[in-house]
Amino acid sequence: MSSNLVAAGDHPVYDYKVVRQFAIMTIVWGIVGMGVGVLIAAQLVWPQLNDLFQPYTHFGRLRPLHTNAVIFAFGGCALFGTSYYVVQRTCQAKLWGGWLVPFTFWGWQLVIVLAAITLPLGLTSSKEYAELEWPIDILIAIVWVSYALVFFGTIVKRKTSHIYVANWFYGGFILTVAILHIVNSAAIPVTWFKSYSAYAGAADAMVQWWYGHNAVGFFLTAGFLGMMYYFVPKQADRPVYSYQLSIVHFWALISIYIWAGAHHLHYSALPDWAQSLGMVMSLILLAPSWGGMINGIMTLSGAWHKLRTDPTLRFLVVSLSFYGMSTFEGPMMSIKTVNALSHNTDWTIGHVHSGALGWVAMISIGAVYHLLPILFGRKEMYSVKWINVHFWLATIGTVLYIASMWVNGIMQGLMWRAFNDDGTLTYSFVEAVQASYPGYFVRFIGGAFFLSGMILMAYNAYRTARAPKQVEAPANPEPQTV
Amino acid sequence: MDKGTLGAISTVLVAIAFAAVCWWAFSPKRKKRFEEDANLPFADEPNEREKQTEKNTPSTDDVARRN
Repeated sequence: MSSNLVAAGDHPVYDYKVVRQFAIMTIVWGIVGMGVGVLIAAQLVWPQLNDLFQPYTHFGRLRPLHTNAVIFAFGGCALFGTSYYVVQRTCQAKLWGGWLVPFTFWGWQLVIVLAAITLPLGLTSSKEYAELEWPIDILIAIVWVSYALVFFGTIVKRKTSHIYVANWFYGGFILTVAILHIVNSAAIPVTWFKSYSAYAGAADAMVQWWYGHNAVGFFLTAGFLGMMYYFVPKQADRPVYSYQLSIVHFWALISIYIWAGAHHLHYSALPDWAQSLGMVMSLILLAPSWGGMINGIMTLSGAWHKLRTDPTLRFLVVSLSFYGMSTFEGPMMSIKTVNALSHNTDWTIGHVHSGALGWVAMISIGAVYHLLPILFGRKEMYSVKWINVHFWLATIGTVLYIASMWVNGIMQGLMWRAFNDDGTLTYSFVEAVQASYPGYFVRFIGGAFFLSGMILMAYNAYRTARAPKQVEAPANPEPQTV
Repeated sequence: MDKGTLGAISTVLVAIAFAAVCWWAFSPKRKKRFEEDANLPFADEPNEREKQTEKNTPSTDDVARRN
């Protein structure tokens, strides 16, 4: 039998090879992306670190590399891998698509490598989270359409009558990201490395943040909710709290998220009514977000004791707590008067990382810890104790990060808006930068904590993959890679 | 049609759509079906039968949760 196939009695044969590849690259790109993140956090504390290899290591060039690496390389690989796994297991069908399956893996890795080369070279379209220049954008579109074909092709050939809710979320994420990417990346190429957006002025800003916020809403939320709806029940060994709620959750979330992007453009040239619409839609968004969070957490009702012994489950459940926190914070920050204080400050950075580290990274890490033993045919990870150590490194790192950015953000916002009696500014900009210094240092420490957890995870994964093959007792014939 | 009327109509339509989704999801007719669907992540396991017997003797928590 080829090494990428799985057979368990009369159960279908699954393609685990591509899942294994994506799971490993999730860890690798996680370390790379978070490593760059820690470096640029250090640059804000010790500015001379900008000069390592100027101009390639300048903060302005490394920051998009960091965001692209953690969102699209780390998060993307986690989404590809888990969606391929979940769609097969819940549809009881092998992946459809033949050569398209390895193409999506190698194509996506090529996109990531091209991003890692072009961004430090300063080649950028300067659209946030869509910095890559047009030839890479075309490659992304081709890989993404292939991904959609594989995913929906597998759903079409499913052996179950119902499509499990996790696949709805994954499917919504795949379709919407395709539309967002293609619309927002529309550009007029000038040379191979330079293009101009097809839109202009306020319309360009609105298209960009319609894309940008739905990159958060669909790439970083809907996709990972798909992960949540499979891995939380699976790891807790009990079905989701309310399947009915998950249906309402899905339709409410996808129909509201798409309108919220305008809150990124408060007090800008965007028409006032569009800003207010974005704010109202963001506030309504709290309801489906919390509905989903409660659905995930309540899945553990009656099994809370499992949290004491299972650090993987702890990752999954704590990620939901951070999801609840950041989806409360988000609507609050979208209120125009709050945004007047928080906009352009470190509060935004803290909010993003509360979602990115606490929610996206932690649920991905939990899912990968669930997957690795299955993919490598082991009973459990090489060291469950290390998973627990990783859990605490990640939690402490996230808390340090977001707490320091809250303090910095609110302080900056208050300093910038402070006036003297005669109408002059109380503080110069650089005074606010100086006051942010301790917070930047704490943020660097928090990031280093989180990164060290990822490195421990990589070693644990390596030892798990390398461990001598176990002879499985027939009492537990969980599908194995052979 | 002016912007206000358009806004009012779309608000009503979205509210109806939301109510319809809730009705579809929570109507008692489909309760059993969704309970089965919720078990899909466990459906492809060879040891599913063992689990089923476990579930025949649910803990008090489980009983409370299902009500």
